[in-house]
Amino acid sequence: MEAASLPAALELAAGGGAGLSPEKRAVLGASLLLLQRDYRFERVWFWGCIQGVRGSYYIAEGLGHDRAAPRSRLYSLTCVEWSLLPPVTEEMVAQAEQLKGRFQGDPSFEYEHIEINAEDAERLFEDGKEPTIKEEARLVATIEQIDRAVGIIPRRAFVKTPLGSVHENRNFEGLSLTEAKKLSSYFHFTEPFNLKNKTLLEKADLDPSTDFLDSLEHDIPQGSWTVQLEKGDTVVVLRSLLWLGLTFYHVPMTKQYGYIYFGTGEKNFDLPFML
Amino acid sequence: HGPCQSHEPGYGLHQPGHSPYDDQIPDPKSRMLAIQNAKAYLLKSSTTSGLNLYDHLANMLTKILDEQPTNAVDIIENISKDVKWAQFQKKMDTLRDEHEILPTFEAAEKRKALFLKANGEGDEELEDEIGETPLPNVMETAFYFEQAGIGLSKDESYHIFLALKKLISVQPIQTCRFWGKILGLEMNYIIAEVQYHEGEEEEETEDEEVTEEGGKKRGEVEDEDEEKEKEDEPPKSTYKPPPVIPKEENGTGANKYVYFVCNEPGKPWVKLPPVTPAQIVCARKIKKFFTGRLDAPVVSFPPFPGNEANYLRAQIARISAGTHISPIGFYQFAEEEGDEEEEGGAGRDTYEENPDFQPLSVVEMVDSLTTWVHHVQNILKQGRCVWLNPFQKSEEEEEDEEEEKAEEPDELQQEIGPPLLTPLSEDEGIQNIPAWTAQPSTNLIPQYAVAILQSNRWPGAYAFASGKKFDNIYFGWGHKYSPENHTPALPPPVQAEYPSGPEITETRDPTLEEELAFKAAKEEALAAAEEDDDEEDVEDDEEEDDD
Repeated sequence: MEAASLPAALELAAGGGAGLSPEKRAVLGASLLLLQRDYRFERVWFWGCIQGVRGSYYIAEGLGHDRAAPRSRLYSLTCVEWSLLPPVTEEMVAQAEQLKGRFQGDPSFEYEHIEINAEDAERLFEDGKEPTIKEEARLVATIEQIDRAVGIIPRRAFVKTPLGSVHENRNFEGLSLTEAKKLSSYFHFTEPFNLKNKTLLEKADLDPSTDFLDSLEHDIPQGSWTVQLEKGDTVVVLRSLLWLGLTFYHVPMTKQYGYIYFGTGEKNFDLPFML
Repeated sequence: HGPCQSHEPGYGLHQPGHSPYDDQIPDPKSRMLAIQNAKAYLLKSSTTSGLNLYDHLANMLTKILDEQPTNAVDIIENISKDVKWAQFQKKMDTLRDEHEILPTFEAAEKRKALFLKANGEGDEELEDEIGETPLPNVMETAFYFEQAGIGLSKDESYHIFLALKKLISVQPIQTCRFWGKILGLEMNYIIAEVQYHEGEEEEETEDEEVTEEGGKKRGEVEDEDEEKEKEDEPPKSTYKPPPVIPKEENGTGANKYVYFVCNEPGKPWVKLPPVTPAQIVCARKIKKFFTGRLDAPVVSFPPFPGNEANYLRAQIARISAGTHISPIGFYQFAEEEGDEEEEGGAGRDTYEENPDFQPLSVVEMVDSLTTWVHHVQNILKQGRCVWLNPFQKSEEEEEDEEEEKAEEPDELQQEIGPPLLTPLSEDEGIQNIPAWTAQPSTNLIPQYAVAILQSNRWPGAYAFASGKKFDNIYFGWGHKYSPENHTPALPPPVQAEYPSGPEITETRDPTLEEELAFKAAKEEALAAAEEDDDEEDVEDDEEEDDD
């Protein structure tokens, strides 16, 4: 969620019982602004918090001119000092997917016994090291996975310019109440996967400036999102069941929306059994 | 327009004075009847659209007379289409928009109702309220949890506060606590933990009596059927289902508290039924999301004995037993004599507040887990807090079934769990993760920090302690943490249909070698027998020859 609207946003997304203490809220107002200054970000999003066993990681993302470009991610244990995370690679994501269990809460912790493909294993054994992955890498890979899988925005909130870059849509006034209850009004804010599989007939209905992303309708398994109206039907809250802890809120007919993650950073593999 | 021209349809049919029906309707009475029949036909509703011709023609003519268009007859078809289309348009006033009734307004009405004071409250009742009230101070608890970043928004907490107040005014409640919030797919649950005044509980034995009587009647009918068909019955099943373990009494063990749930503050509170051991045992094996509707079925394997209300109650019982903790010394055992020699060491199950409680500092509470204890009884594997041997029969039945006692395997070992008020350091972690994570709420201002504990076994369960105040709460989906993926129970092996014995087991067919060997042996025997016969014949012949 936008750093500027953090206090109001936390109130709206607090239906799941997770939030920030007044101390953290107060310090974030200041430290996120300083992040913007130091790293020259155009926008800073407070991504959320991953709870480890011995401590929690607070994550912020910085966006540049093109909002769809790969984002810079920073973490902090105290919300005061932030450290930049290394950019994520596919290899990191593949390794992190095999790790199970909670985060430890210590960024330099090393996980062992990772299975990687044969070539890398040979290379590493020559060096005499066991394949390990640091918790930092696991952290950034998990954030990337979560963003890819369940990072969502309302339809028409972002526009794609003819040059290919993506910006906020200044004409976006919010979804209507009926639209807000449908899953097809929300898009994954990541590289589209299903868009090219649509039939020509469907593509004809799309508006290329606003409908350039995958909608939530065809997410597998079906039913992996819960849509609820909270606070007396004034806020639409979507919660992901695949990554438990991700909460997206939107106030219909206003520009307020955002998502935040408060959880343990583990994928819910039991989802098909639980539905 | 004039009379029909030759090129127009209907030519020759309508001649003035010669209506096609003239010769059919001679007198006025039948003409009236004909008019009524015609009108009835016009009033018939269409099967596809539900309109009828009479109303449509009336609307059309009204519209034409109101608007008085030029050349109405030329545009009559368009007018007819417009009248039909107007059916589906909302009546829009051209000057003012009609206000939409949004569903949000209804919800707002309900929430407003929470804030209205109940009717007929006089000064006396006000005094009662200010005195001892079972209403918990939800806002105060919310404040302490907020120091750790846990909790709902202030608005929602206040609404829950008022909803609890409403609950207390309706039910005879002695103690009440906001237990927490469980999220669901369609709606969420807000849960209140409540204890009734002694003696005020509604007894639910009516349902049980009805089912018993129904069972007896069914038994009688079955007997009659059996008498009729005593010949050639299929073999009776020798399957004896495992004995049903009775649930614990209301007010003890897992049923110590009564729970009320509602979907949103403002909606009516619903009481959850007491939990049975079978439900707890089954709930341990399944993992399902809650939908938010209490009557939704729980489809799972092993099949859950009950609907979502029972599943919710079972999960609440498990969470309470696993994560309700208090600072050591806050509760103490009531002093009674002869406590220690109870049967099987069942242990004490009641406690009372310690009036001499000295709170420990926050640093001590956070550093070591021995400063916290569980104050809810642990649920045994059986599903109860106090172990019960299901094979112990009452005295009446013992005489009848003395013979059977020897056959039944009475091997159930008594299950013993950790006693009440065990410190948290005894809790086993999962793999290499400790069962609890303890943190102070702030490192910057340690004088006013609050000790916060998060459970790692039940993610979403929190506890805080600050001075003499402490509380537990749960915000989550209602499931236990397991690092391994959930594996559902496999179906049991197929039961043997019949006991196998020598009389019904098939023998193996002989193999080819055995058959050939048998044939060869038989031929040898036959050949030997023929030789003997030949010899005998020869001997007989010889004897006959001799004569």
